[in-house]
Amino acid sequence: MTASTRKKPWQTVIGLTMMAVAMFGFGYLLVPLYDKFCEITGIGGRTADGPVQVELSDEINYDRKVRVQFVSTVNSGLPWRFEPTQRFMDVHPGKLYETMYVAYNRADHPVIAQAVPSVSPGRASLFFNKTECFCFTEQLLGAGESRDMPVRFVVDPNLPERVELVTLSYIIYKNDEATAVLAAVN
Amino acid sequence: MSHETTAHNNDSHDDHHAHHPTGLARWVFSTNHKEIGTMYLVFSLIMFLVGGAMALVIRAELFAPGLQLVNPEFFNQMTTMHALVMIFGAVMPAFVGLANWMVPLMIGAPDMALPRMNNWSFWILPFAFTLLLMTLFMPSGGPASGWTLYPPLSLQGGNSLAFVILAIHLMGISSIMGAINIIATILNMRAPGMTLLRMPLFVWTWLITAFLLIAVMPVLAGAVTMLLTDRFFGTSFFNAAGGGDPVLYQHIFWFFGHPEVYILILPAFGIVSEIIPTFSRKRLFGYTSMVYATASIAFLSFIVWAHHMFTVGMPLGAMLFFMYATMVIAVPTGVKIFNWIATMWRGSMTFETPMLFALGFVVLFTIGGLSGLMLAIVPANFQYHDTYFVVAHFHYVLVTGAVFAIMAAVYYWLPKWTGHMYNEKLGKIHFWWSTIWVNVLFFPQHYLGLAGMPRRIPDYAVQFTEFNMISSIGGFMYGFGQLLFVYIIWQCVRGGEKATAQVWEGARGLEWTVPSPAPLHTFDTPPVVDDSVAVHKDELT
Repeated sequence: MTASTRKKPWQTVIGLTMMAVAMFGFGYLLVPLYDKFCEITGIGGRTADGPVQVELSDEINYDRKVRVQFVSTVNSGLPWRFEPTQRFMDVHPGKLYETMYVAYNRADHPVIAQAVPSVSPGRASLFFNKTECFCFTEQLLGAGESRDMPVRFVVDPNLPERVELVTLSYIIYKNDEATAVLAAVN
Repeated sequence: MSHETTAHNNDSHDDHHAHHPTGLARWVFSTNHKEIGTMYLVFSLIMFLVGGAMALVIRAELFAPGLQLVNPEFFNQMTTMHALVMIFGAVMPAFVGLANWMVPLMIGAPDMALPRMNNWSFWILPFAFTLLLMTLFMPSGGPASGWTLYPPLSLQGGNSLAFVILAIHLMGISSIMGAINIIATILNMRAPGMTLLRMPLFVWTWLITAFLLIAVMPVLAGAVTMLLTDRFFGTSFFNAAGGGDPVLYQHIFWFFGHPEVYILILPAFGIVSEIIPTFSRKRLFGYTSMVYATASIAFLSFIVWAHHMFTVGMPLGAMLFFMYATMVIAVPTGVKIFNWIATMWRGSMTFETPMLFALGFVVLFTIGGLSGLMLAIVPANFQYHDTYFVVAHFHYVLVTGAVFAIMAAVYYWLPKWTGHMYNEKLGKIHFWWSTIWVNVLFFPQHYLGLAGMPRRIPDYAVQFTEFNMISSIGGFMYGFGQLLFVYIIWQCVRGGEKATAQVWEGARGLEWTVPSPAPLHTFDTPPVVDDSVAVHKDELT
């Protein structure tokens, strides 16, 4: 072994730098990967952003009952009251149901808010289909205004047998930007 | 120990690079791996004392229940800053400093592969930590959400978050450049005959650590950049109101965070693997298995991240996967511990200070490893999550693990750096003082955690009083004891018994073939390495 093993390091350096840049990109790639992963597996209890097309001609399973609980949380930045009108419903998979959440704006000015839904247990979110929901759009309430906001949903008959209780939860947040624009217009 | 072949090449090489600036410029413009290594080590010692002072604020407040000394906001800033300073300011730069000093000497290279980049990667650090520490003096105070910076909490603090994130970016750039430099050095600059499987284990562990750094520091940079844009530019990566998900942050953060904890411990494994053979006067047992164990730990570190966040809610299958994958790490770690013990078996052991710290490491790190196994068990984890049990666990692996190994390394190589022997008597006092008080400090925290005391809280229920008092006393004694370490180093730099080139009777390896103190320029002519010079020669290969 007479030849020196000391080599020019540039190839190594360029390769390693590219690796560092690629890993920075990978950090950002984790965001869509995570979204896709949650969408496929139901982890995180996410539901569709818009109305789901459901064929109601499907058989309704009257032998099976699933309890659906309704929960609401108001983010501290939003001066609203926001509650379900019913705490729970016992539903048959395949049948269309409707329930109401009632919202009341305690502020002395109009406020725009956005509700974000979540279904627990996570795997049930794949079988919980909303045909209409106030969470699909932003909600505007004038000063002191109160409104009933409907949710229509069908529990898919393919919901795993082990699931007997599904919780539908909403957290409602103030949309600061839209509210500010509204105040400026008025 | 036939280093005659190399010694004559290196005796008086320190005079032919004579044009050398002096004073401050010598350090600011230095491209010499030994000077930069020294700067890294001094910087990390300063940060160790700064972070330690913060720890003492925490322990003083926790001495008794109720709020006595600091307000809760400042307490939270202390827990956050203590972690950031210790991880990024003390432990990581200390390892980089040791790598700078020792890797070229151990592989027979004249310097690092990229000396100017080396200068740059060090000099970024003081600026990064100025940015980080100055947030404490801003109207909104420093970061107070824990070092993990979980949203939404971290996004609800003041505007100083921008400074913290920029500081983390700078630390990341520094670490990545340092890592690139170390890999480029190890892969390209080895002396003839220094094959990969003849490299000392410190070099091996650093090679693998450097790959971990390059793989995960950019991911952290991405995560904090997302926090930055969420906080200041209206994006919604982690903002649920805008369709984001705060749990996503935890996944990204711990994808960085778990390899990071091995970045903090793998070089320590390397140090201990150098010291134990020297003072056992035997070659390292199972050298090849040590290399493979290190690589396995590095690989496994990428697939266990979710064990930090079992309680966010995840499917049973995922919890089982992350639990078992975590437990598997105990296998290569166990291989290492048994190899160290087998190295000592029937060795002619002596117990100088570096060996004492290395042995302290083996025993106390193992305690931290076992409490880590307990934490890996999902149902137990739900009970222990965010309690003082976790605090006790990671302080055993980081203080009695990483910090003890760094101190062992400093005592081991200090004679090579300064040319003087340190004061052995004071070194032993330092070891025993530290070992006793660090256990008084951290062992009671296991019980506090099992009894349900949460971490990052400035006040606690009265039933936790006694153990907190004991822990605080241990903290102050351990903390002030470290001033002795500073004194010993100072004394050794100033003078002392002259050290020989080999320093330790049982020491093997190229670094012991150059004179003590190591001249500024070494191995200008590459030494030739064969099995007789190699530190390790696995009996099996």
